[in-house]
Amino acid sequence: MNVVVLIKQVPDTTDVRIDRETNTLIREGVPSIINPFDMYAIEEALRVREGAGEGTVTVMSMGPPQVDVALREAIALGVDRAVLLSDRAFAGSDTWSTSYTLAAGIRKLEDYDLILCGKQAIDGDTGQVGPGVAQFLGVPQVTYARKLTIDDGSSATVERMLEDGYDVVKVPLPSVVTVVKDINEPRLPSLKGKMKAKKAEITVWGSDDLDVDQEELGLDGSPTRVVRVFAPEARPGGTIFEGEVEDTVESLVRELVPILKGDI
Amino acid sequence: MSSIEVIENLCVGCGLCVKACLYDAIEMVDGVAVIKDNCTLCGACVEPCKFDAIILRKSHRETVSLDDFKGVWVVAEQRAGEIHGVSFELLGRGRELADTRGAPLAAVLLGSNLGDAGRQLIAHGADVVYVVDDPALEHYRDEPYANAVAALIDKYKPEIVLTGGTSVGRSLIPRVAIQVRTGLTADCTALDIDDQEGLLLQTRPAFGGNIMATIICPNHRPQMATVRHKVMTALEPDPAREGEVIEEKLAAELFETSTEFVEFVKDETSTVNIAEADIIVSGGRGLGGPENFGLLEGLANALGGAVGASRAAVDAGWIPYSHQVGQTGKTVQPNLYFACGISGAVQHRVGMLSSRIIVAINKDPDAPIFKVATYGIVGDVFEVLPTLTKKLAAEFS
Repeated sequence: MNVVVLIKQVPDTTDVRIDRETNTLIREGVPSIINPFDMYAIEEALRVREGAGEGTVTVMSMGPPQVDVALREAIALGVDRAVLLSDRAFAGSDTWSTSYTLAAGIRKLEDYDLILCGKQAIDGDTGQVGPGVAQFLGVPQVTYARKLTIDDGSSATVERMLEDGYDVVKVPLPSVVTVVKDINEPRLPSLKGKMKAKKAEITVWGSDDLDVDQEELGLDGSPTRVVRVFAPEARPGGTIFEGEVEDTVESLVRELVPILKGDI
Repeated sequence: MSSIEVIENLCVGCGLCVKACLYDAIEMVDGVAVIKDNCTLCGACVEPCKFDAIILRKSHRETVSLDDFKGVWVVAEQRAGEIHGVSFELLGRGRELADTRGAPLAAVLLGSNLGDAGRQLIAHGADVVYVVDDPALEHYRDEPYANAVAALIDKYKPEIVLTGGTSVGRSLIPRVAIQVRTGLTADCTALDIDDQEGLLLQTRPAFGGNIMATIICPNHRPQMATVRHKVMTALEPDPAREGEVIEEKLAAELFETSTEFVEFVKDETSTVNIAEADIIVSGGRGLGGPENFGLLEGLANALGGAVGASRAAVDAGWIPYSHQVGQTGKTVQPNLYFACGISGAVQHRVGMLSSRIIVAINKDPDAPIFKVATYGIVGDVFEVLPTLTKKLAAEFS
């Protein structure tokens, strides 16, 4: 069972802020991390390999050379191989071109049974690249997976999380499966893994290494464009009640009643 | 190939671009901005530069004849013939966009044994409803649904296509966008038409809601966007409204898939799910244990709301993951959100910041949750919640 995991290096977005006076981004000291949802995808891939008792796990990412750090972190967790798709020509890719490029990278791997990724990245929050890759590869997909069972090597049964429950879906392999946090509990890197990660060789492929149309790459191949970036509207300061429980609750109820009645 | 360039003799080394960069890709070298390899050409530095010293050149080619595309579409969502509320909301906003563009508003409805469900879409503002009714579409499966929507787009060439940002919508529509070779913007919170070129301005939060970005799709059609439930407002349905329902017959090959739908299992732990709820009562570490979630249920039941939770409560195993609000859970935007015993770490706040009214109950007056609260009570949740439930229940009994 050969599993490919698509990962993204993201800024730890919880720390990113806009300076409301200058309307610019404050990102001093914001660390880069592996997208949290991708950590569950890596863990699931390792479990699938362990369950099958054979096969490999390959992590793949598209990005600048700095993504090397994220790929080594994945190797430390037990991943066998890491591939970085990196080229100036990929810069400015939106989800269309990213899906296109990653699909070309996966095709070059030839032998793959399952492609896993997080349900979305925490910087863009689109959740579009997983389905996009599946479409480019012409394979089925299951998004928001909370449980994955490999049936017999040729199909998988997956629980897809929905707003009010879940679907049970059976897909042939290869397929793309995007995972939510509920699917597993990621392991920590081992000391041996960390040693291996230090020495590991990361495969780097540029646009010339892939079977791609140069015009479909990066900003040129991307249908969308960002025209404006700005700070969200600030929330006005609130009313905080302190004191005896009876009084504070009474004050709150007086505020909430007209809201609940739909008057405000 | 597109490129970005710093005009060195215009650059004064002020560093505004360094601050504006979303990716830490600009540095100052000898008083001049230098763009590094990890630049993504996003262009966020161009406008903040007060000296016009940064130029982004985008090479583009016309891929389609834009004038051939007309009309606004809403891809409706249904399960067992019941249309999802987000579809009606999109028709509400879609109606305004269509009127601005002087074009018709259409809905697409896929499924099996749909009866006259299409009429409801007309009552909510659609001029035309394209219905694909086929046994192969009984349950949602990505490939047949995506192929069908793509085939209809190819046939009718709409200018704008809107889809609900539900689990199903967010699975379906990216595949369609790839097939029809166009852009897609997820989870828009505002959709407007630009005065000059008539482009769809798609505004959405990014970086966990810390930043808003406006996105356009200038050279490809249709312009596609998803919008979450309860962001737009549905029109009052008018059963007498006139419109046309068109039954579409598509080639059977489009419905071929080896994906098998086995079953749908309803979440029995909640009667109201947080993604849909108008009122959410959430609890965190401060509740101390699963036995105390009954306090939240008491308030939620009194108000007809749903129960949510912080990551800490979910990780402790007090309540299932489907209730988790926040960065690694669900993003919610109810009318009224109660955060009880939740300190309000930024990972939680990004999941609920768009709620209209936020009520925080916490014994720590310095808890960050109070910074985003509309109303707050500094106090013990175990005392405040029962009292609050009793008083509100009395008001609404």
